[in-house]
Amino acid sequence: MTTSMSGIFLGLFRRDVRLAWSQGGTGTMALSFFLIAVTLFPFGVGPEPQVLARIAPGVIWVVALLACLISLDRMYQADFEDGSLDDLALSPLGLTGVVAAKTLAHWVSTVLPLVVASPLLGMLMNLPANGYGTLLLSLLLGTPALSLIGSVGAALTVSVRRGGVLLSLLVLPLYVPTLIFAVGAVDASVGLIDPAQPLALLAAVTLAALVVGPFASAAALRLSLE
Amino acid sequence: MVFENLSFKLPPGGLLFLRGRNGTGKSTLLRLVAGFVPARDGSLSYDGEEWDRGDAALAEAILYAGHDNALKPVMTLRENAQELARLMTGNPVADERLEQAAEVFSLTGLLDQPVRYFSSGQRHRSSLLRFAFISRPLWLMDEPTVGLDTENRRALADLMKAHLASGGSILAATHDPIGVEGEVLDLGAYQPAPIEDFDEEAWV
Repeated sequence: MTTSMSGIFLGLFRRDVRLAWSQGGTGTMALSFFLIAVTLFPFGVGPEPQVLARIAPGVIWVVALLACLISLDRMYQADFEDGSLDDLALSPLGLTGVVAAKTLAHWVSTVLPLVVASPLLGMLMNLPANGYGTLLLSLLLGTPALSLIGSVGAALTVSVRRGGVLLSLLVLPLYVPTLIFAVGAVDASVGLIDPAQPLALLAAVTLAALVVGPFASAAALRLSLE
Repeated sequence: MVFENLSFKLPPGGLLFLRGRNGTGKSTLLRLVAGFVPARDGSLSYDGEEWDRGDAALAEAILYAGHDNALKPVMTLRENAQELARLMTGNPVADERLEQAAEVFSLTGLLDQPVRYFSSGQRHRSSLLRFAFISRPLWLMDEPTVGLDTENRRALADLMKAHLASGGSILAATHDPIGVEGEVLDLGAYQPAPIEDFDEEAWV
């Protein structure tokens, strides 16, 4: 019997993407929240095009961040509740690999749809035309950090009943650097300044999260198995 | 502390029943062997080698079935089984083997039903199904007979006998007689003294 690590990784990735988009999954929930919450802003702030254009990058990023957050608490909790987490821990892939596959699945199934929908919301928020490219790029570069950092928080709160609030207290402060650099980049390109510097810093945050995230999540999950 | 001064050996082809009242640590011992729970003190070795928590080689030797069924309600039983096989080996299991396994626990008709429609007995049998289609040497079974009727209990006993005959080992926590010969370890005898003395050592 041969064990194929890439087979396990891909199998787990596909399983999670499927579950996220099946009945009761988080994929549809996060996307609908994103669309509805951003739509509320023109009603709340008023329809002045200049005001909307000024706050557009910040609103889109903050709501994307919150949409990601509401999907996080189910990331490991569903597996914890039905006992699959025990099976995941006994996979030859190891808990770090399992976490990496699940985090990638979370990003692809739940966060990537937000990235794809963001230009539509940019139009709704009257985002200036030269901001769209950077908005997409900043989301592509920055949102993997949301999944990676969020995975650590989700793993830490997996055994906590109603851990959603605790999870947001843990995770939201860690999202601040991503938010600052991402909105800085979009604002820069709207103001016709080269956004390369904030984008590079944004990518650096994501890379750091990539290095630390899977190991920290695996350690936190092992703690929760006890 | 759940238990102390506990020591046991499980040879290949050996079956050890864990007995004891509720709360004596049967499930805890199983989870400890599986590497889910750390021991305060003591050691475990497998195949002559020291066994660390979270060891990949250790994880690959174990098949565990606990209180929860580890089934995804939105997926069919066949999909659940295939996902488990992929998780444990990287490859899906052949359809014939899965159908043979389902026959053992009379689940053939349920293979393509979503698990959310299953009764609790059917869920439990579906959870035991893993022992029939994934090959791993050490089985850890937590209350495997709960909710099983006579016929399925016999099927489980046959499956366990076949596993033991092929050189596998089983550690089972159970109250009921299953109908398979095995040694018995009564955890009631290893309870710590009522006053907790933290200098005592728990040997596992």
